[in-house]
Amino acid sequence: MCGLCGSLGGSADWAEAGADVSKASAPRRGERQARARLANRVLALYGLKLEDWGGASYVLRNRTGGTQIIDNLTQMWPAAELLARRPCDPLDPDVVDAVERLAPTPG
Amino acid sequence: MASFDEQITVNVLTGFLGSGKTTLLRRLLRSPMLKDSAVLINEFGEIGLDHFLIERIDGDAVLLQSGCVCCTIRGDLRDSVRDLYDRRQRGDLPAFRRLIIETTGLADPAPIVQTLVGEPVLRNHFVLGNVVTLVDSVTGADTLARHEEASKQVAVADRLVLSKTDLAAPEEVIRLEELLRRVNPTAALDHTEGDAGPPPDRLLTSDVVDPQSRDAAVANWLAEAPPGGHNQGPHHHDHASADVNRHGDIAAVSLVVDEPLDWTGFSVWLTMLLNRHGQDVLRVKGLLNIAGVETPVVLHGVQHVIHPPVHLAAWPSGDTRTRLVFIGRGLDGDLLERSFRAFLALGAAA
Repeated sequence: MCGLCGSLGGSADWAEAGADVSKASAPRRGERQARARLANRVLALYGLKLEDWGGASYVLRNRTGGTQIIDNLTQMWPAAELLARRPCDPLDPDVVDAVERLAPTPG
Repeated sequence: MASFDEQITVNVLTGFLGSGKTTLLRRLLRSPMLKDSAVLINEFGEIGLDHFLIERIDGDAVLLQSGCVCCTIRGDLRDSVRDLYDRRQRGDLPAFRRLIIETTGLADPAPIVQTLVGEPVLRNHFVLGNVVTLVDSVTGADTLARHEEASKQVAVADRLVLSKTDLAAPEEVIRLEELLRRVNPTAALDHTEGDAGPPPDRLLTSDVVDPQSRDAAVANWLAEAPPGGHNQGPHHHDHASADVNRHGDIAAVSLVVDEPLDWTGFSVWLTMLLNRHGQDVLRVKGLLNIAGVETPVVLHGVQHVIHPPVHLAAWPSGDTRTRLVFIGRGLDGDLLERSFRAFLALGAAA
């Protein structure tokens, strides 16, 4: 399956779409690990950590031991807000500042 | 999930009160192109079906000479569509391949579209095609300024049809077209004058869900969308630029990325954005150049539902930059762009 397709949804429509898309695109190895690694850099801003769970799901944890099992990124953000007890907003200027500090762009 | 060939394409026909939906519907219903279609309308009375009616199937469904089945919406849209599908499956109605839904003039189209793309049962059997929005050339600008629903009807459109252009001064029509382009730069724009106007296939088909017309539909988005900015940064790989237009609270934000973008950073950002701001993102349309993927990828969505991304066989033109348009309510374009660039940079650095 094309790596693009599983990462946004994971529901039946994305999974089915993968078959179509894969005809034109090679599978992207390591996409799952790369996704978790990148998500963790953002989730750390909220005191959360994502771990692979059996190769098919992920477990999301907060610092007090709270956990949520999720299948994909779409499910991750509502679960993250629940565990962090606050909105995870990419348009929050403080969050944008923090992400910019994580990977400063030249110039 | 059913394949495209098995799914029924749904068109939404919307437009504010008096914008000419009934006139357009009357013309569509006579067209042989709609022989395999069902149409859900608000009331039979307004349309005046008597002259082209073949038989009354039951209390709320009639068969027209064109072969089209016409039904009235009973209560909840979701229930009406499900009921229509069940009757089709039982053989009580012809096996229509397209469903056209007329909204009321005051309808906010976003929840209607959301029902169609977000409800699991409907999503399995139906696929959203073009949203067609009529705008009255004489009163359109004033209506857009006064009613958020009218702006949202324009914002979600794939096809914008200016009605009554023969009744408005040419400069008024030009001003209205400019206004519509600012609210929704991705929609194709057509005119109707009385009973004359674009053919049904131009309005209803040629959409991105149909593999046969996908390339043309995407080329059309890009032709209509603003060019965005160009790379002004010294050399960073994730340069993007925003072109923000506003009407009322509805804004179109256009992002252009010169270098192939990091899919992981993008998907983390987009899922996070839509989780928090999905209600305000009315449409997302884009053609993406993704690092490590040879073919261009089409992305489009409505509110927090993103359709499965699909690859085009080739770039529609020599321009292989990523181009994305967000049409939304209350979006801060500068902040959206900054956030987008920050997440892409984070992904590329990971």
